[in-house]
Amino acid sequence: MATLRRRTVSYSKWGYFFIAPFFIVYALASFYPLASTFYFSFFKKLVKFGQDMGPTTFVGLQNFIDIFTPNPNGVIEVGKYAGNTFIIWIIGFIPQIIVSLLLASWFTDLRLRLKATGFFKVVIYLPNVIMAAAISFLFSSLFADTGPINQIMAAAQGADNFQIQIATGEVGFRFFASIPAARIIIAGINFLMWFGNTTIMLMAAIHGIDPTLYEASAIDGANATQIFWRITMPLIRPILLFVLVTSLIGGLQMFDIPNVLFQNGSGGVNATSRTLIMFLNQQMQGTRNYGRGGALSIVLFIIGGGLSMMVFYLMRDKDVAEERKRRKKSKGAKLL
Amino acid sequence: MSTQPEVIRESDVSLHIRRVVSYIVLIFLACLCLFPFLFLIVYTTRSHVEIQQGFSLLPSKYFGYNFKNVMDYVQFPLYKGMINSAIVSFSATLLCVYFSAFTAYGVHVYDFKIKRGVYTFILMVMMVPTQVSALGFLDMVYAWNLDDTFWPLIIPSIAAPAIMFFMKQYMEASLPIEIVEAARIDGCNELRIFNTIITPILQPAFAVQAIFTFVGNWNNYFMPQLILTDKNKQTLPVLIALVRNASPSDDDQGKAYMYMALAILPVVIVYLFLSKFIIRGVTLGAVKG
Repeated sequence: MATLRRRTVSYSKWGYFFIAPFFIVYALASFYPLASTFYFSFFKKLVKFGQDMGPTTFVGLQNFIDIFTPNPNGVIEVGKYAGNTFIIWIIGFIPQIIVSLLLASWFTDLRLRLKATGFFKVVIYLPNVIMAAAISFLFSSLFADTGPINQIMAAAQGADNFQIQIATGEVGFRFFASIPAARIIIAGINFLMWFGNTTIMLMAAIHGIDPTLYEASAIDGANATQIFWRITMPLIRPILLFVLVTSLIGGLQMFDIPNVLFQNGSGGVNATSRTLIMFLNQQMQGTRNYGRGGALSIVLFIIGGGLSMMVFYLMRDKDVAEERKRRKKSKGAKLL
Repeated sequence: MSTQPEVIRESDVSLHIRRVVSYIVLIFLACLCLFPFLFLIVYTTRSHVEIQQGFSLLPSKYFGYNFKNVMDYVQFPLYKGMINSAIVSFSATLLCVYFSAFTAYGVHVYDFKIKRGVYTFILMVMMVPTQVSALGFLDMVYAWNLDDTFWPLIIPSIAAPAIMFFMKQYMEASLPIEIVEAARIDGCNELRIFNTIITPILQPAFAVQAIFTFVGNWNNYFMPQLILTDKNKQTLPVLIALVRNASPSDDDQGKAYMYMALAILPVVIVYLFLSKFIIRGVTLGAVKG
């Protein structure tokens, strides 16, 4: 009995052995850096080429006050870049969720019986695995002032000297000189890269629905629209929520595409396509601004956590919550 | 009864229309996804002058010329970038899948005090963007003189909460504890049980996660561009961005297109061979409805 007991104890200790590498590395690579980022946010500290520029001084909450104070042009930079990030995200996300829902319901529609769905899935998922930096470079060339798209437009408009005429705006369209066009291009790349992924996620969700529900509704004479809104949509809500939350968090991290799209990560006309992470990245290039970068990181940390919590709260399944309440009540009643 | 056939005919027509509409939309979207890459492939065969002259999707004969130019591009050495990317991606992937399974195994098989807490913690930090701790991480990397080395890009992949979560889910579905107990009776020690008995069972999970981790690392841009400043150490995404920044002054667009094409080629090849497998794997790490 005693030996058996000792053995059980020694086995459970192996658990610590197995989780140790993860937590040692996590502490070193994530937790300690996060804590030091917090710490730096209360200091004035500038570093260039690994050398401190001037003394490191404690400034309290001054860095946080600074990033929320309007600059000489009356612009609160963090707010502006948060706005850019959100606008670009939403321009991409709305078509993404609509197209994905449509495709997922078509792919899984038993009456529609589409052919070659395997091929279509492979094709629409393809952009997701390609390097975002490379796709962004490709689109920056495609939509450049003298790029192929403008060449087509100029040819259609009958330009005789298109290089000059495009530069003056006579023919074609200077995409990157236009604020909405530049944002739509970034959002378009995001859409292209993610709608396949979302489609596959939603398809899996629809496949998880009990097929007898569809059979029953078909027998009752429901049409495709009714089936979609009355059966599919309510039952895939948890996955929709998951897609929304992950997309929001992904959107908050938007960096590769807008940073490569414009030369030297300029962020386009008046930095109207500069995202929050691009702004954070700026603080870590050249002369590193620890105070401002730290404060910005903390703000990002709060936005990230807040956003996902807010979405969870807004979209929580009320029916399920009520059902749970009712069940609890009935259980209590039975006990009484 | 007399209305019945009419109803069926009507729905047949609407079904037909819906089918046509869905094929049109699907073909349009497929073209949208394929056009950029088709365009890229054609443009690798065109010279800078041809590209300047006007748009065309007819291949030209400068493929070899552009390829040679990219290979001779000493300012941004592509082949070095490829080797660097391969070193980082392979090592990170190997460590990531092995240690994620290792951690998940610890939580799955053993009953220790903080087990619940550990799992909850990992689920909680799964969503936290890595960028929020980038500043502190960068400071640490420079303090330890690890800038321009691959260690800061490889070692952190040991602690990958999302992959660990996936492995845990996989174990719940397909790793009975009885196997471990049987091995113990046969006198196998715990580490050996994991390495020789458990890992073969986990191979399908390893394969799926290895692909996604590899692609993720191959395409990773944010952290490498902060850590790698030596052009001989830079990975492909960093080089791509630098080529993009240099492109107006160092102007040979044929070379630039070739550069992009070669950078994405390895992943495209992997994808073409394993696409069915990859698509099946997309949903595996996600929450269950």
